[in-house]
Amino acid sequence: MAMTVHVDVVSAEEEIFSGLAEFVALPGESGELGILPGHMPLMTRIKPGAVRLKLPNQQEEELIFVAGGILEVQPGRVSVLADTAIRGHDLDEAKALEAKSKAEETLKNQSSQLDYARAQGELAEAIAQLAAIQRLRKRGH
Amino acid sequence: MASGKEIRTKIKSVQNTRKITKAMEMVAASKMRKAQQRMRAARPYADKIRRLAANLSQANISDYKHPFLVSADKVRRVGIVLVTTDKGLCGGLNTNIQRVALTSMKEWESQGVTEFKVTAIGNKGLGFMQRLRANVVSSAVQLGDTPHLEKLIGPVKVMLDLFQAGELDAVFIGYSRFINTMKQEPVLEQLLPLTGEKLGTPETSWDYLYEPDPETVIDEMLVRYVEALVYQAVAENMASEQSARMVAMKAASDNAKSVIGDLQLVYNKTRQAAITKELSEIVGGAAAV
Repeated sequence: MAMTVHVDVVSAEEEIFSGLAEFVALPGESGELGILPGHMPLMTRIKPGAVRLKLPNQQEEELIFVAGGILEVQPGRVSVLADTAIRGHDLDEAKALEAKSKAEETLKNQSSQLDYARAQGELAEAIAQLAAIQRLRKRGH
Repeated sequence: MASGKEIRTKIKSVQNTRKITKAMEMVAASKMRKAQQRMRAARPYADKIRRLAANLSQANISDYKHPFLVSADKVRRVGIVLVTTDKGLCGGLNTNIQRVALTSMKEWESQGVTEFKVTAIGNKGLGFMQRLRANVVSSAVQLGDTPHLEKLIGPVKVMLDLFQAGELDAVFIGYSRFINTMKQEPVLEQLLPLTGEKLGTPETSWDYLYEPDPETVIDEMLVRYVEALVYQAVAENMASEQSARMVAMKAASDNAKSVIGDLQLVYNKTRQAAITKELSEIVGGAAAV
Protein backbone atom coordinates (compact mmCIF):
# COMPACT_ATOMS: atom_id res chain seq x y z
CA MET A 1 0.00 0.00 0.00
CA ALA A 2 1.24 3.42 -0.89
CA MET A 3 2.05 6.02 1.76
CA THR A 4 -0.85 8.19 2.78
CA VAL A 5 -1.40 11.44 4.59
CA HIS A 6 -4.42 12.51 6.58
CA VAL A 7 -6.29 15.32 4.87
CA ASP A 8 -8.98 17.53 6.36
CA VAL A 9 -10.90 20.03 4.31
CA VAL A 10 -13.09 22.19 6.52
CA SER A 11 -15.01 25.41 6.05
CA ALA A 12 -16.48 27.60 8.76
CA GLU A 13 -19.91 26.23 7.98
CA GLU A 14 -19.20 22.52 7.64
CA GLU A 15 -16.66 19.73 7.41
CA ILE A 16 -16.14 18.94 3.74
CA PHE A 17 -13.66 16.08 3.68
CA SER A 18 -11.69 14.07 6.19
CA GLY A 19 -9.66 11.01 5.36
CA LEU A 20 -6.46 9.57 3.94
CA ALA A 21 -4.99 10.52 0.60
CA GLU A 22 -1.90 9.58 -1.34
CA PHE A 23 -1.49 12.91 -3.02
CA VAL A 24 -3.03 16.38 -2.75
CA ALA A 25 -2.86 19.09 -5.36
CA LEU A 26 -4.17 22.59 -4.75
CA PRO A 27 -3.87 26.11 -6.09
CA GLY A 28 -1.36 27.86 -3.86
CA GLU A 29 -0.71 31.57 -3.68
CA SER A 30 2.37 31.27 -5.84
CA GLY A 31 1.36 28.43 -8.12
CA GLU A 32 -0.02 24.92 -8.10
CA LEU A 33 1.12 22.91 -5.09
CA GLY A 34 1.49 19.16 -4.99
CA ILE A 35 1.76 17.57 -1.58
CA LEU A 36 2.93 14.03 -0.95
CA PRO A 37 3.12 12.29 2.42
CA GLY A 38 6.05 13.58 4.43
CA HIS A 39 5.94 17.13 3.11
CA MET A 40 7.66 19.65 5.37
CA PRO A 41 5.56 21.99 7.55
CA LEU A 42 4.12 24.70 5.39
CA MET A 43 1.56 27.40 5.73
CA THR A 44 0.23 29.37 2.81
CA ARG A 45 -2.79 31.02 1.33
CA ILE A 46 -4.64 29.25 -1.42
CA LYS A 47 -6.47 30.77 -4.32
CA PRO A 48 -10.01 29.94 -5.43
CA GLY A 49 -9.92 26.72 -7.37
CA ALA A 50 -10.05 22.97 -7.10
CA VAL A 51 -8.39 20.80 -4.49
CA ARG A 52 -7.56 17.45 -6.06
CA LEU A 53 -7.20 14.41 -3.84
CA LYS A 54 -5.81 11.06 -4.91
CA LEU A 55 -7.43 8.58 -2.59
CA PRO A 56 -6.03 5.12 -1.97
CA ASN A 57 -7.79 2.29 -3.82
CA GLN A 58 -9.56 4.68 -6.12
CA GLN A 59 -8.67 5.49 -9.67
CA GLU A 60 -10.50 8.76 -10.02
CA GLU A 61 -9.39 11.84 -8.20
CA GLU A 62 -11.68 13.52 -5.72
CA LEU A 63 -12.36 17.15 -6.60
CA ILE A 64 -13.33 19.82 -4.10
CA PHE A 65 -13.81 23.41 -5.08
CA VAL A 66 -12.77 26.02 -2.57
CA ALA A 67 -13.15 29.77 -2.65
CA GLY A 68 -9.65 30.29 -1.32
CA GLY A 69 -8.46 29.79 2.21
CA ILE A 70 -5.43 28.69 4.16
CA LEU A 71 -3.38 25.54 3.83
CA GLU A 72 -1.46 24.08 6.69
CA VAL A 73 0.86 21.12 6.29
CA GLN A 74 2.17 19.28 9.31
CA PRO A 75 4.14 16.09 9.17
CA GLY A 76 1.49 13.47 8.45
CA ARG A 77 -1.40 15.90 8.35
CA VAL A 78 -2.74 18.33 5.78
CA SER A 79 -5.45 20.83 6.73
CA VAL A 80 -7.28 23.02 4.28
CA LEU A 81 -9.24 25.80 5.93
CA ALA A 82 -11.55 26.73 3.11
CA ASP A 83 -13.34 30.03 2.84
CA THR A 84 -17.03 29.92 2.25
CA ALA A 85 -17.05 33.15 0.32
CA ILE A 86 -14.83 34.58 -2.35
CA ARG A 87 -12.54 36.90 -0.47
CA GLY A 88 -10.35 39.69 -1.52
CA HIS A 89 -9.10 42.85 0.05
CA ASP A 90 -11.35 45.11 -2.01
CA LEU A 91 -14.37 42.87 -1.54
CA ASP A 92 -13.94 42.78 2.22
CA GLU A 93 -13.50 46.51 2.23
CA ALA A 94 -16.71 46.94 0.26
CA LYS A 95 -18.58 44.72 2.72
CA ALA A 96 -17.25 46.69 5.66
CA LEU A 97 -18.30 49.96 4.07
CA GLU A 98 -21.73 48.57 3.34
CA ALA A 99 -22.19 47.43 6.92
CA LYS A 100 -21.07 50.81 8.16
CA SER A 101 -23.37 52.80 5.95
CA LYS A 102 -26.25 50.53 6.87
CA ALA A 103 -25.70 51.24 10.54
CA GLU A 104 -25.58 54.96 9.87
CA GLU A 105 -28.70 54.79 7.78
CA THR A 106 -30.71 53.03 10.44
CA LEU A 107 -29.50 55.64 12.90
CA LYS A 108 -30.83 58.39 10.67
CA ASN A 109 -34.22 56.98 9.83
CA GLN A 110 -35.35 55.05 12.81
CA SER A 111 -38.80 54.92 11.35
CA SER A 112 -39.89 51.67 9.82
CA GLN A 113 -38.46 48.40 11.15
CA LEU A 114 -37.15 49.53 14.48
CA ASP A 115 -40.13 51.60 15.47
CA TYR A 116 -42.29 48.68 14.59
CA ALA A 117 -40.23 46.37 16.77
CA ARG A 118 -40.33 48.91 19.57
CA ALA A 119 -44.07 49.40 19.28
CA GLN A 120 -44.45 45.65 19.35
CA GLY A 121 -42.44 45.50 22.55
CA GLU A 122 -44.49 48.23 24.19
CA LEU A 123 -47.68 46.53 23.12
CA ALA A 124 -46.57 43.24 24.65
CA GLU A 125 -45.74 45.09 27.87
CA ALA A 126 -49.15 46.75 27.96
CA ILE A 127 -50.89 43.43 27.36
CA ALA A 128 -48.93 41.85 30.18
CA GLN A 129 -49.91 44.68 32.50
CA LEU A 130 -53.56 44.35 31.55
CA ALA A 131 -53.45 40.62 32.17
CA ALA A 132 -51.92 41.20 35.60
CA ILE A 133 -54.60 43.74 36.49
CA GLN A 134 -57.31 41.37 35.37
CA ARG A 135 -55.88 38.60 37.46
CA LEU A 136 -55.76 40.87 40.51
CA ARG A 137 -59.38 41.89 39.94
CA LYS A 138 -60.45 38.29 39.62
CA ARG A 139 -58.83 37.53 42.93
CA GLY A 140 -60.56 40.57 44.47
CA HIS A 141 -64.02 39.23 43.63
CA MET B 1 -70.86 38.13 36.22
CA ALA B 2 -70.26 38.03 32.49
CA SER B 3 -72.93 36.51 30.31
CA GLY B 4 -72.57 33.05 28.82
CA LYS B 5 -72.06 34.31 25.30
CA GLU B 6 -69.26 36.63 26.33
CA ILE B 7 -67.38 33.82 28.03
CA ARG B 8 -67.86 31.54 25.05
CA THR B 9 -66.31 34.11 22.72
CA LYS B 10 -63.43 34.52 25.12
CA ILE B 11 -62.83 30.76 25.24
CA LYS B 12 -62.85 30.65 21.46
CA SER B 13 -60.25 33.40 21.22
CA VAL B 14 -57.94 31.76 23.76
CA GLN B 15 -58.28 28.50 21.87
CA ASN B 16 -57.17 30.24 18.71
CA THR B 17 -54.19 31.77 20.49
CA ARG B 18 -53.26 28.34 21.74
CA LYS B 19 -53.37 26.94 18.23
CA ILE B 20 -50.90 29.58 17.11
CA THR B 21 -48.50 29.12 20.03
CA LYS B 22 -48.67 25.37 19.56
CA ALA B 23 -47.78 25.72 15.88
CA MET B 24 -44.91 28.07 16.69
CA GLU B 25 -43.65 25.62 19.27
CA MET B 26 -43.49 22.84 16.72
CA VAL B 27 -41.84 25.04 14.10
CA ALA B 28 -39.22 26.13 16.64
CA ALA B 29 -38.61 22.51 17.63
CA SER B 30 -37.80 21.46 14.09
CA LYS B 31 -35.69 24.57 13.44
CA MET B 32 -33.84 23.98 16.68
CA ARG B 33 -32.64 20.59 15.53
CA LYS B 34 -31.21 22.09 12.36
CA ALA B 35 -29.65 24.99 14.22
CA GLN B 36 -27.92 22.59 16.57
CA GLN B 37 -26.59 20.60 13.65
CA ARG B 38 -25.15 23.73 12.11
CA MET B 39 -23.60 24.69 15.40
CA ARG B 40 -21.87 21.31 15.54
CA ALA B 41 -20.85 21.47 11.88
CA ALA B 42 -18.89 24.64 12.59
CA ARG B 43 -16.82 22.99 15.28
CA PRO B 44 -14.10 21.22 13.21
CA TYR B 45 -13.12 24.48 11.55
CA ALA B 46 -13.09 26.35 14.85
CA ASP B 47 -10.93 23.67 16.48
CA LYS B 48 -8.50 23.60 13.58
CA ILE B 49 -8.07 27.32 13.33
CA ARG B 50 -7.71 27.65 17.10
CA ARG B 51 -4.88 25.12 17.05
CA LEU B 52 -3.28 26.91 14.15
CA ALA B 53 -3.51 30.25 15.90
CA ALA B 54 -2.02 28.73 19.03
CA ASN B 55 0.89 27.31 17.05
CA LEU B 56 1.42 30.63 15.35
CA SER B 57 1.23 32.79 18.43
CA GLN B 58 4.08 30.77 19.94
CA ALA B 59 6.13 30.46 16.78
CA ASN B 60 9.33 32.45 16.93
CA ILE B 61 9.04 34.66 13.94
CA SER B 62 11.64 37.38 13.86
CA ASP B 63 10.16 40.09 16.09
CA TYR B 64 6.83 40.22 14.30
CA LYS B 65 3.94 40.66 16.67
CA HIS B 66 0.51 40.98 15.16
CA PRO B 67 -1.60 43.83 16.65
CA PHE B 68 -4.33 41.32 17.54
CA LEU B 69 -1.95 39.67 19.98
CA VAL B 70 -0.80 42.84 21.73
CA SER B 71 -2.80 43.92 24.75
CA ALA B 72 -3.02 47.56 25.77
CA ASP B 73 -1.72 48.70 29.16
CA LYS B 74 -4.90 50.52 30.00
CA VAL B 75 -8.28 49.81 28.49
CA ARG B 76 -10.00 53.09 27.71
CA ARG B 77 -12.02 52.39 24.60
CA VAL B 78 -14.02 49.21 24.26
CA GLY B 79 -15.75 47.64 21.29
CA ILE B 80 -18.70 45.33 21.79
CA VAL B 81 -20.08 42.85 19.29
CA LEU B 82 -23.59 42.12 20.51
CA VAL B 83 -25.26 39.05 19.04
CA THR B 84 -29.02 38.95 19.44
CA THR B 85 -31.95 37.54 17.54
CA ASP B 86 -33.84 39.24 14.74
CA LYS B 87 -37.24 38.24 16.00
CA GLY B 88 -38.92 38.23 19.36
CA LEU B 89 -41.12 35.72 21.16
CA CYS B 90 -38.17 33.81 22.53
CA GLY B 91 -38.57 34.39 26.24
CA GLY B 92 -35.93 36.36 28.09
CA LEU B 93 -33.09 35.48 25.73
CA ASN B 94 -32.39 38.94 24.36
CA THR B 95 -33.22 40.73 27.58
CA ASN B 96 -30.68 38.61 29.43
CA ILE B 97 -27.80 39.26 27.07
CA GLN B 98 -28.68 42.95 26.89
CA ARG B 99 -28.68 43.16 30.66
CA VAL B 100 -25.27 41.50 30.83
CA ALA B 101 -23.91 43.92 28.23
CA LEU B 102 -25.38 46.91 30.05
CA THR B 103 -24.03 45.96 33.48
CA SER B 104 -20.60 45.30 32.00
CA MET B 105 -20.66 48.66 30.25
CA LYS B 106 -21.52 50.41 33.52
CA GLU B 107 -18.77 48.54 35.30
CA TRP B 108 -16.20 49.44 32.66
CA GLU B 109 -17.32 53.04 32.81
CA SER B 110 -16.59 53.11 36.51
CA GLN B 111 -13.17 51.66 35.75
CA GLY B 112 -12.29 54.50 33.44
CA VAL B 113 -13.54 53.35 30.04
CA THR B 114 -14.55 56.47 28.19
CA GLU B 115 -15.77 55.25 24.85
CA PHE B 116 -17.87 52.41 23.51
CA LYS B 117 -18.31 51.30 19.94
CA VAL B 118 -20.88 48.69 19.09
CA THR B 119 -21.41 46.18 16.31
CA ALA B 120 -24.95 44.90 16.47
CA ILE B 121 -25.75 41.51 14.99
CA GLY B 122 -29.50 40.97 15.06
CA ASN B 123 -32.40 43.40 15.04
CA LYS B 124 -33.15 43.34 18.76
CA GLY B 125 -29.64 44.29 19.81
CA LEU B 126 -29.54 47.05 17.22
CA GLY B 127 -32.74 48.55 18.56
CA PHE B 128 -31.51 48.24 22.12
CA MET B 129 -28.20 49.94 21.40
CA GLN B 130 -29.87 52.75 19.52
CA ARG B 131 -32.24 53.35 22.38
CA LEU B 132 -29.17 53.59 24.61
CA ARG B 133 -27.75 56.11 22.15
CA ALA B 134 -24.63 53.99 21.84
CA ASN B 135 -22.23 54.48 18.97
CA VAL B 136 -23.22 51.73 16.55
CA VAL B 137 -20.43 51.47 13.98
CA SER B 138 -21.78 48.53 12.01
CA SER B 139 -24.63 46.08 12.03
CA ALA B 140 -25.92 42.90 10.46
CA VAL B 141 -29.62 42.17 10.59
CA GLN B 142 -32.06 39.80 8.89
CA LEU B 143 -29.68 36.87 9.03
CA GLY B 144 -32.44 34.33 8.45
CA ASP B 145 -32.36 30.82 9.86
CA THR B 146 -28.89 29.91 8.58
CA PRO B 147 -25.93 31.97 9.60
CA HIS B 148 -23.71 32.88 6.67
CA LEU B 149 -20.16 33.94 7.23
CA GLU B 150 -20.45 36.18 4.22
CA LYS B 151 -22.88 38.48 5.98
CA LEU B 152 -20.65 38.74 9.03
CA ILE B 153 -17.37 39.58 7.32
CA GLY B 154 -18.21 43.24 6.71
CA PRO B 155 -19.54 44.18 10.16
CA VAL B 156 -16.71 42.33 11.91
CA LYS B 157 -14.10 43.94 9.69
CA VAL B 158 -15.23 47.39 10.82
CA MET B 159 -14.42 46.37 14.40
CA LEU B 160 -11.12 44.73 13.46
CA ASP B 161 -10.04 47.80 11.51
CA LEU B 162 -10.84 50.05 14.44
CA PHE B 163 -8.83 47.82 16.72
CA GLN B 164 -5.93 47.63 14.32
CA ALA B 165 -5.93 51.39 13.89
CA GLY B 166 -5.58 51.73 17.65
CA GLU B 167 -9.00 53.31 18.14
CA LEU B 168 -10.09 50.49 20.42
CA ASP B 169 -8.16 48.83 23.24
CA ALA B 170 -10.30 45.73 23.54
CA VAL B 171 -13.21 44.08 21.77
CA PHE B 172 -15.78 41.90 23.50
CA ILE B 173 -18.46 39.66 22.11
CA GLY B 174 -21.78 39.02 23.81
CA TYR B 175 -24.12 36.18 22.87
CA SER B 176 -26.33 33.51 24.35
CA ARG B 177 -24.36 30.33 24.82
CA PHE B 178 -26.28 27.18 24.12
CA ILE B 179 -26.00 24.74 27.01
CA ASN B 180 -29.04 22.59 26.41
CA THR B 181 -32.60 22.99 25.25
CA MET B 182 -33.76 24.28 28.62
CA LYS B 183 -30.75 26.38 29.42
CA GLN B 184 -29.02 29.22 27.61
CA GLU B 185 -26.45 31.39 29.24
CA PRO B 186 -25.67 34.99 28.31
CA VAL B 187 -21.92 35.45 28.05
CA LEU B 188 -19.63 38.35 27.31
CA GLU B 189 -16.19 37.22 26.20
CA GLN B 190 -13.06 38.99 25.17
CA LEU B 191 -12.46 38.75 21.45
CA LEU B 192 -9.46 41.01 21.04
CA PRO B 193 -6.65 41.13 21.90
CA LEU B 194 -6.37 37.36 21.63
CA THR B 195 -5.21 36.08 24.95
CA GLY B 196 -3.09 33.03 25.63
CA GLU B 197 -5.75 31.15 27.56
CA LYS B 198 -8.24 31.50 24.73
CA LEU B 199 -5.74 30.11 22.26
CA GLY B 200 -4.53 27.26 24.41
CA THR B 201 -1.08 25.81 24.27
CA PRO B 202 0.52 24.74 21.03
CA GLU B 203 1.02 21.02 20.50
CA THR B 204 4.49 21.12 19.03
CA SER B 205 6.97 23.78 18.23
CA TRP B 206 7.99 23.19 14.66
CA ASP B 207 8.50 26.13 12.42
CA TYR B 208 6.49 26.44 9.30
CA LEU B 209 7.58 27.41 5.89
CA TYR B 210 5.52 30.47 5.04
CA GLU B 211 4.44 31.45 1.59
CA PRO B 212 4.66 34.21 0.54
CA ASP B 213 5.85 35.51 3.94
CA PRO B 214 4.92 35.03 7.61
CA GLU B 215 3.24 38.42 8.04
CA THR B 216 0.67 37.98 5.29
CA VAL B 217 -0.20 34.46 6.32
CA ILE B 218 -0.54 35.37 9.98
CA ASP B 219 -2.65 38.42 9.14
CA GLU B 220 -5.05 36.36 7.07
CA MET B 221 -5.15 33.58 9.60
CA LEU B 222 -5.95 35.75 12.59
CA VAL B 223 -8.69 37.63 10.76
CA ARG B 224 -10.27 34.29 9.89
CA TYR B 225 -9.82 33.11 13.42
CA VAL B 226 -11.74 36.07 14.81
CA GLU B 227 -14.41 35.61 12.16
CA ALA B 228 -14.71 31.94 13.06
CA LEU B 229 -15.22 32.93 16.69
CA VAL B 230 -17.95 35.36 15.72
CA TYR B 231 -19.54 32.81 13.42
CA GLN B 232 -19.54 30.26 16.20
CA ALA B 233 -21.19 32.78 18.50
CA VAL B 234 -23.88 33.53 15.92
CA ALA B 235 -24.52 29.83 15.29
CA GLU B 236 -24.85 29.19 19.02
CA ASN B 237 -27.08 32.18 19.41
CA MET B 238 -29.39 30.82 16.73
CA ALA B 239 -29.61 27.43 18.41
CA SER B 240 -30.33 29.22 21.69
CA GLU B 241 -32.98 31.34 20.00
CA GLN B 242 -34.89 28.38 18.64
CA SER B 243 -34.81 26.41 21.86
CA ALA B 244 -35.76 29.46 23.92
CA ARG B 245 -38.64 30.09 21.55
CA MET B 246 -39.74 26.50 21.78
CA VAL B 247 -39.77 26.62 25.58
CA ALA B 248 -41.53 30.00 25.64
CA MET B 249 -44.19 28.82 23.23
CA LYS B 250 -44.70 25.63 25.19
CA ALA B 251 -45.26 27.69 28.33
CA ALA B 252 -47.68 29.91 26.42
CA SER B 253 -49.63 26.88 25.16
CA ASP B 254 -49.80 25.45 28.68
CA ASN B 255 -50.97 28.77 30.07
CA ALA B 256 -53.62 29.05 27.38
CA LYS B 257 -54.80 25.58 28.32
CA SER B 258 -55.21 26.48 31.98
CA VAL B 259 -56.97 29.74 31.06
CA ILE B 260 -59.38 27.76 28.91
CA GLY B 261 -60.03 25.43 31.84
CA ASP B 262 -60.74 28.32 34.19
CA LEU B 263 -63.03 29.99 31.70
CA GLN B 264 -64.88 26.77 31.04
CA LEU B 265 -65.53 26.44 34.75
CA VAL B 266 -66.88 29.99 34.96
CA TYR B 267 -69.01 29.36 31.91
CA ASN B 268 -70.50 26.18 33.38
CA LYS B 269 -71.25 27.94 36.66
CA THR B 270 -72.97 30.82 34.90
CA ARG B 271 -75.00 28.43 32.84
CA GLN B 272 -76.02 26.42 35.90
CA ALA B 273 -76.94 29.60 37.76
CA ALA B 274 -79.11 30.73 34.86
CA ILE B 275 -80.92 27.39 34.76
CA THR B 276 -81.48 27.36 38.51
CA LYS B 277 -82.78 30.88 38.37
CA GLU B 278 -85.20 30.05 35.58
CA LEU B 279 -86.42 26.94 37.37
CA SER B 280 -87.05 28.75 40.61
CA GLU B 281 -88.91 31.43 38.67
CA ILE B 282 -91.13 28.78 37.06
CA VAL B 283 -91.74 27.08 40.39
CA GLY B 284 -92.42 30.43 42.00
CA GLY B 285 -94.81 31.28 39.17
CA ALA B 286 -96.65 27.97 39.50
CA ALA B 287 -97.00 28.43 43.25
CA ALA B 288 -98.48 31.90 42.73
CA VAL B 289 -101.14 30.47 40.38
